[in-house]
Amino acid sequence: MSDFAQFTRAQMAQHCAADIPEGWYVNLGIGIPTAVADHVPLDREVIFHSENGVLGMGPAPAKDAIEPWLINAGKQYVTLRDGGSICHHADSFAMIRGGHLDLCVLGAFQVADNGDIANWATSENDTAPAVGGAMDLAAGAKRLWVIMDHTTKSGEAKLVSTCSYPLTAMACVKRVYTNLATLDVTERGFVVRAMAPGLTLENLQARTEAKLHLSA
Amino acid sequence: MIDKIVQTMADAMAGIEDGATVLLAGFGSVGQPNQLIDGLIEQGAKDLTVAANNAGSGHVGLARLIELGRVRKIVCSFPRSSDPVAFETAYRAGTIELEIVPQGTIAERIRAAGAGVPQFFTATGVGTKMAVGKEHREIDGRMYIREDALYGDVGLVEAWEADRWGNLTYKLAGRNFNPIVAMASKLTIVQTQHVRPLGDIHPDHVHTPGIFVNRVLHIPYGDPGSF
Repeated sequence: MSDFAQFTRAQMAQHCAADIPEGWYVNLGIGIPTAVADHVPLDREVIFHSENGVLGMGPAPAKDAIEPWLINAGKQYVTLRDGGSICHHADSFAMIRGGHLDLCVLGAFQVADNGDIANWATSENDTAPAVGGAMDLAAGAKRLWVIMDHTTKSGEAKLVSTCSYPLTAMACVKRVYTNLATLDVTERGFVVRAMAPGLTLENLQARTEAKLHLSA
Repeated sequence: MIDKIVQTMADAMAGIEDGATVLLAGFGSVGQPNQLIDGLIEQGAKDLTVAANNAGSGHVGLARLIELGRVRKIVCSFPRSSDPVAFETAYRAGTIELEIVPQGTIAERIRAAGAGVPQFFTATGVGTKMAVGKEHREIDGRMYIREDALYGDVGLVEAWEADRWGNLTYKLAGRNFNPIVAMASKLTIVQTQHVRPLGDIHPDHVHTPGIFVNRVLHIPYGDPGSF
């Protein structure tokens, strides 16, 4: 375990941010995905969307400059950049469901090598399931990327051949950024794009239930 | 002269019947008609079906309505908001029915109700628990499931400005579900921060035209609190 250095959460967010080109409309999920925005420089114009009808979010406000009527879907105070706009919930989800978002980045419990994602419930009999906008985002955005740890805290694989947790959407994840690797989801399955320094493919495969492939 | 402005909460709430479906706008504590919910608690209607994004938090507003045993069923996307103790207690006790709906699907179901679209097909939820028992249809090579419009007998809305015809504006993220709840409800009741003379709201700036609004109550409480 000590012969390689894991990517930090900030590095995972940086890796994702580096792959987002200017001009994309992007929705970031709660958790590490939210941090992706911090790594996109303001002069690269990426337009961030939030489910509650906010388009064109800027950096978090200073404590003395909070606008109490402006929050994101995570209920955090946010700002609008010049050019930002507000719409109602059905229009906001029309942006999502109508295929207008270039990218959505979510966390996940499991991703399968056919692109299935499970990120909203960990058991079939969860007492009061809460789905929010995850199913709309996963099914509706032009592409879905996931940022998550490579395994659970107890070491179970999260990159799997079949999700055991309830699905959020089928066959929609295109790329996964983990603390050990960046992988594309292709017709062949998971293709490794990058690995943590010092990590071997053999070591990575040992922490991955699905079969890994090297890019040709 | 048309005047949708009412002077008292009792007038605003008059006629809400037991068994009604109530659509509640709001997201977080922004643009949420908290005082109208208190008015509904006071008014007394019971056996309600409530549709909202969340299932209430703490012991006020929707949570209080649930604690009082007045909500038969809740339709929402995210019942695990901050401090959902009232809902969870009722849910575990089996005294409340839950219909969980993806957030975009609940928004579109409400919009559809307002637009006279009784059913529609969506890709959201295909291949998940949400699709179980629903009509599936393949359209141009992609699978969709059928969802039904979500009509309100009563809609509770919070506006930033209103005039006596019921034209409304909203402030920033306070817009959220408010315009579609106003469209989808037979009886749309609005609380507003500001009442403007007719003509003062520029026609280009009206977010919800008054045709969707029945009653307006002036409640200038200021900015939303913490959430």
